[in-house]
Amino acid sequence: MADVNRGNRPLSPHLTIYRPQLTSMTSILVRITGNALIVGALLCIWWLLSAATSPAYFALANGVMTSWLGKLIMLGSIWAIWYHTLGGIRHLIWDNAVGLDIPTAYKLGWTVVIGSFVLTALTVIVL
Amino acid sequence: MRYLTDRKRAVGMGSAKSGTAHFWAMKVSSVALLFLVPLFVFTFGSVLGESYETVTAYYARPFPALVAALTIVVGLEHFQSGAQVLIEDYVHGLAQKITIILVKCLAYGAMATGLFAIAKLAL
Repeated sequence: MADVNRGNRPLSPHLTIYRPQLTSMTSILVRITGNALIVGALLCIWWLLSAATSPAYFALANGVMTSWLGKLIMLGSIWAIWYHTLGGIRHLIWDNAVGLDIPTAYKLGWTVVIGSFVLTALTVIVL
Repeated sequence: MRYLTDRKRAVGMGSAKSGTAHFWAMKVSSVALLFLVPLFVFTFGSVLGESYETVTAYYARPFPALVAALTIVVGLEHFQSGAQVLIEDYVHGLAQKITIILVKCLAYGAMATGLFAIAKLAL
C-alpha cells in the first residue's frame, strides 16, 4: 500500500509534553558531552601538532591551552569525558537488559552525575 | 497491482538499514575507549603546560605516543559514528547529507593531523 499521508502523521509525545526527569536529562547530557568533546579533542590535537612543528608554534598553542579560557575548556572536557564514560558504561549495562527498572535507572543516573564530578576532582588533584 | 506478501512489502523498508552494524561499531569502540581514555587523560595531562623540551621528549617515548595515537584513532572514529546519529535526529533532507559529510571530513582530518603530529614527535 502506498503511504498517502507521508510527513503528516502524528508524532509520539516527546520533549514538548514530558516533564524533565533524571533519566531523560542524564541521557541528553551523554549526547551533549560526547559531541562537545570535539572542541577539546581539536585543541589537544592542535597542541600536539604545534609540539611537532616548532618551539615558536608550541609557545603559541601552549599559551592558548594554559590561558584561563584554555584551562576552562580543558576542565570542562575532563568533566565531559568522565560523564560520557560513565554514561557509556550505563548504556553497556543496559544493553544486557538489566537495570532498566525505574529505581535502578535512577540509582545509575545519580551514580553517573556524582561520579563524573568525583572523577573530575580526582583528575584535577592528580594532574 | 502486483501480488506481494506483507513480509515482502516490509523487508528493507525500515529506517535502520545497516543500523545494527553501526550500533555494534559504537559498542566496540566504546569498550576500547573505556581503557584508552583514562590512559590518555593521565599521560597527556601529565605534560600539558610543560616546556617544549619536556613535551617532545615525553612523546618520543613509545607508551605515551601509542596511547595518544590509539585514542585519537578510536576516539574520532567513535565521534564520527555518534555525531552521525545526532545529525540524523535533528537535520533532514539534503542538509543532513551535507552535514554528515562535513562532520566526517572534520573527524578524519583531525585523526590524520593527530597521527601526523604523533609520528613526527615519536620518530
